[in-house]
Parts: sequence; C-alpha cells; structure tokens
Amino acid sequence: MSVKLGVPSKGRLMEKTFDWFGARGVGLARTGNDREYAGAVDGVEGVDLVLLSAGEIPRELAAGRIHLGVTGTDLIREKLVQWDQKVEPLAELGFGQADLIVAVPACWVDVDTLDDLDAAAAAFRAEHGFRMRIATKYHRLVREYLRHGGVADYQLVDSQGATEGTVKNLTAEAVADITSTGDTLRANHLKVIDDEPVLRSQATLFRSRTAKLDEDERTVLRTLMAKLDV
Amino acid sequence: MGVTTAQERAEAVRLRARFLEAGAENVDCAILQPAETLLDLYGEDIRARTYVTHDPARGEVMLRPDFTVPVVQMHMETGAAPSRYTYAGEVFRRQEEHPERAPEYFQVGFELFADDDPAQADAEVFALFAETLAPYRLRAVTGDIGILTAAVAGLETSERRRSALMRHIWRPRRFRALLDRYSGRSPVPPSRKALLAAENPMDTAAPAIGLRSETEVAARIAALREDAAEGPLCESQVALIDTLLAVRETCSFALEQLHDIAVDMPALLPAVDRFERRCEALTARGVDVAALEFEASYGRSSMEYYDGFVFGFVPTARPDLPPVATGGRYDALTERLGNGRAAPAVGGVIRPGLLLQTGERA
Repeated sequence: MSVKLGVPSKGRLMEKTFDWFGARGVGLARTGNDREYAGAVDGVEGVDLVLLSAGEIPRELAAGRIHLGVTGTDLIREKLVQWDQKVEPLAELGFGQADLIVAVPACWVDVDTLDDLDAAAAAFRAEHGFRMRIATKYHRLVREYLRHGGVADYQLVDSQGATEGTVKNLTAEAVADITSTGDTLRANHLKVIDDEPVLRSQATLFRSRTAKLDEDERTVLRTLMAKLDV
Repeated sequence: MGVTTAQERAEAVRLRARFLEAGAENVDCAILQPAETLLDLYGEDIRARTYVTHDPARGEVMLRPDFTVPVVQMHMETGAAPSRYTYAGEVFRRQEEHPERAPEYFQVGFELFADDDPAQADAEVFALFAETLAPYRLRAVTGDIGILTAAVAGLETSERRRSALMRHIWRPRRFRALLDRYSGRSPVPPSRKALLAAENPMDTAAPAIGLRSETEVAARIAALREDAAEGPLCESQVALIDTLLAVRETCSFALEQLHDIAVDMPALLPAVDRFERRCEALTARGVDVAALEFEASYGRSSMEYYDGFVFGFVPTARPDLPPVATGGRYDALTERLGNGRAAPAVGGVIRPGLLLQTGERA
C-alpha cells in the first residue's frame, strides 16, 4: 500500500503546488497526455499522487481515502462539519490567498459595517416585504458569520458563479464571495464591508485524521513530512 | 444504555394520555412543512438547525422542527378559544455543533389558546407540566420575556432606538452592542463619523445599482443624523436594564426586586403586575412559588418565539443534557401568523427520549 497525496488537478493551483513540493525535494508531475489525470512522485518512495478537483479534496480527506491533501482553507471550512476533528493543517503554502468577504453596492454610502448591514436589512424588509438577499455559495460559513455579527432579516440565495453580477441583475442586494485583489468587486460597483472578513483563506497542506495507516505507510508519511519540514 | 425508538414512542404515548386527561384534543400535522413560513419567522439562522430540502413542485420544504407553528395555523383556521391541544411525534433538528445529540426525537406537547385570563392560562400549563414531571429529578426554571420588553418599551429614548433593541431581544450579544452604542460606551466607528460629517454624503461616483433605492439610502442617513443629534442614552437607564437582567431569585424574592426596580421605571409596572398575578394563580394551583426559580434573562437565547412567561425543566444530575421540557407564551407569534389577528397562547413540550435517558425517577 502507499500514502496517498491529493493535489488539485489543474491550473495555477496545481502548478504552484508542484513548485512548493519541488522546492522541498519532492517532485510531482502529471504523466501521460494532457487529458489524463495520472501523476508521479519523485524523491520519496511509497507516495501516490491523486489528482482531484480542489473542491473534492476536503471530502476525500474526511473520508480517509487520501492521507494528505492540498486545498483552500475556505473549502475545508465550508464543506466539513467540525473540520478540525477530521483534518489537521500541516503547512500554509503561501499562495492561493483569498478572503471570503461580504460586499454591498458602493452606492450604499450608509453601509460600512455589519451593524449598518443589519439596520439596512431591517429597513429593506419593511420596505420591500421580503428579507434582503445575499448571494453566495458559502452558505454555512456566511450564515455562521452573520449570526455571530448579529445580522437578521436577510436570506442567502445560492450563486455558483458570476456572483458579483447578481446585484446589477436584481437577483440579490449583496454578495458574499471569495476575492483576492478586489478588482472584480470594484468593476461591478461593489465595496467590501469594513469588519474582519468571513475567512482568510490560502492553499494549505492538510493531513487526514481519519485515514488508516499501516506500519510501512506510517514510516513513509514520517519521511515525507520530515522532507517537507512540516 | 441508549433508548430505543420504540421505548421513546411508548413514553410519548403515555405522556400524551396524561395531556388528553387534562382535557386536550389530539392533533397531528404533516412532517413536511413549507420552509418559507418558518424562514420568514425565524430567519436564515434556522437553516443551521433544521433539514431543508427541495421539492420540484412545492419549492423548499422543511422537516418539521417543532409542532407549534402548524398547530397555531390549524387553530387560527378552525379553532375557537379556549382550546387545548396535544400531540406526540418526531421532530427533526440538524446538530452541526453537537453531532452527539439526536437529530430526530419525539416531542409531546400541550398548547392552550385562551384570550381571557393570561395568568390563569400560564399557571394551568405550568402546573400541568410540573405535575406530569414531578416523579423525575428535574429542576424547574421560569422567566418572563415580557418584563424585558416592557423595560425596553419604557426606555427614555427615541422610538427608533427602542424598536432596534426590541428587534434584538433574542440576540443578547447584539442587544448589548446596541445598548453600548446608544449609551456612548462603545466608540462611533470612523466610517459612521465620516458619513455624519459629510456635507453631501450621497455625492458618490458609484452608479446606483440594485433594488435598494437612493431614497432608502437617504432615509437611513437622515435617521442616523437624527440619532446622532439625540445624544447618548442615559447611563442610569442602561443600569436599570442591567439590574433587571441580573435578577435571579425564587419567584417571591424576584417579585420584590422587580417592584423595587419599577420604582425607578414605572413603565415596568403592568408587566410586574402580570408576574404577580401569575404567581398568585400558580399558588392557587399548588405550586410553591417561594421555591420556584426565576431568571429574568431565561429563554432569551434559545426560545425565540416566546414573548411572555417562559419555563424549562432541566435534569438536576445531567447538566450536559438539554432541558427535558420547555414552554412559554407566544402571543406575538400567533399575531404574525394571523396577519395581525392574535390568538393568545401558551404551551410547552416534553422530550420523552431525554426523560428516559435521565433515568431514575426520584
């Protein structure tokens, strides 16, 4: 058997992950042609590379089907209930930084804090007869954040993409989404609420707390972690 | 030893028989409830505690998290006061924070709709629960949300501040933050200062997008300006609320303390009188109010629809378990469901599974 390492299967996140491991003497590479999701590991014996969508890595770690995995903190926290009992963060990889934030139209000059948002939501409901809509795909995290911030009279509407456009399209009054530079928000005439963001996320190497290890695999994992200095 | 579903059901049926004896009519309701009604009442937070699913034809539906709302709806369509209802069945609660707690359990309830004498109705329901639960080692706690709402309604401040506080009665942290801001204990955020100082705050390069109109933004700025001009809420008023929330005594002593507080806040008197009449009605039904606990802040964080008398029965030996029984008065809920037509009501539920789990009868 072998230790399974789950890594995002495409794009910048995959390349940066390969670079990070490479810099620590562990070579990761895709094998076969461009469309085949197969990989190889160099520099340490007994490790299998599993290429997965970043969004599936939390689930695979929690189920114990992979021992290690690289994904964003945001995805771990949104998808796993009691995440800290299922996975352990080993190292922040220093890329893929993004904040999960709440943003409102820039023309709402009266709204800068969660406190303002709550007051605006109360007035909005009284005026329009329904709860203020906040578009997001991070339902659990945003709900918990707004509950903690004491915001009432809102509803979350699901948006799996182009979330920043929902306000202009009149399908939401505000949004909660991941941003790194804020350019897309500004281009869509939105501004970020002043309070601490819902979450600061970055690509992170996680260890599964549930995956089983035999004696050999335990040795391999220890060797790999020593090499990565985590 | 775990409790089996069959044991839990049998205990539920036994308890319901007790409520039937007390003159209640047996009712039932659908397990799948329209989610919209419950979400509009309790807000988005309730999703974290319930199972919401999607039906292609009906839209969002929710596995019933309790019976109260459907029973109120049924009563308002068909019933006349006074009416007594009982029910027994499973309810469903997501337990994200406490995976060790049951997501599906039985509730046995008793609800009394009566519009003549609230003190008598409160006492009837509490005495019935106390009597039914007397064989178990449980500690009864009572409270009264109506006393806090009376205090807020009596604050010497603007209507706007009072209704903002009222809206957050059930969110103690937010309520506290508002009090701190109104009294000047917490600093004004820089963004608010800048907004208030701006001569033409609506002058912005940002285009008007979304459903919330410029008029609505302007209206809120006007409200904020008025609020800033009003000045801070008097410290002595905040101190009264603090003293009130700290009342934690037996009913008899609590009544004395509340009378003392009402000397400085006469608006409290009608609510304190209601409490006193309830104590008398309880005594008449054989409840020892000199030994019954009262906490002024009881029921604020978890019992969102109760707006008057509240009570709970907690296992003395198992502080890790949730209350075995809870209940209270929910006049405002009936008013919202009845679009302004109220049907004053008080009721409660017992969780037979927990009752069996707490084990030995005293």
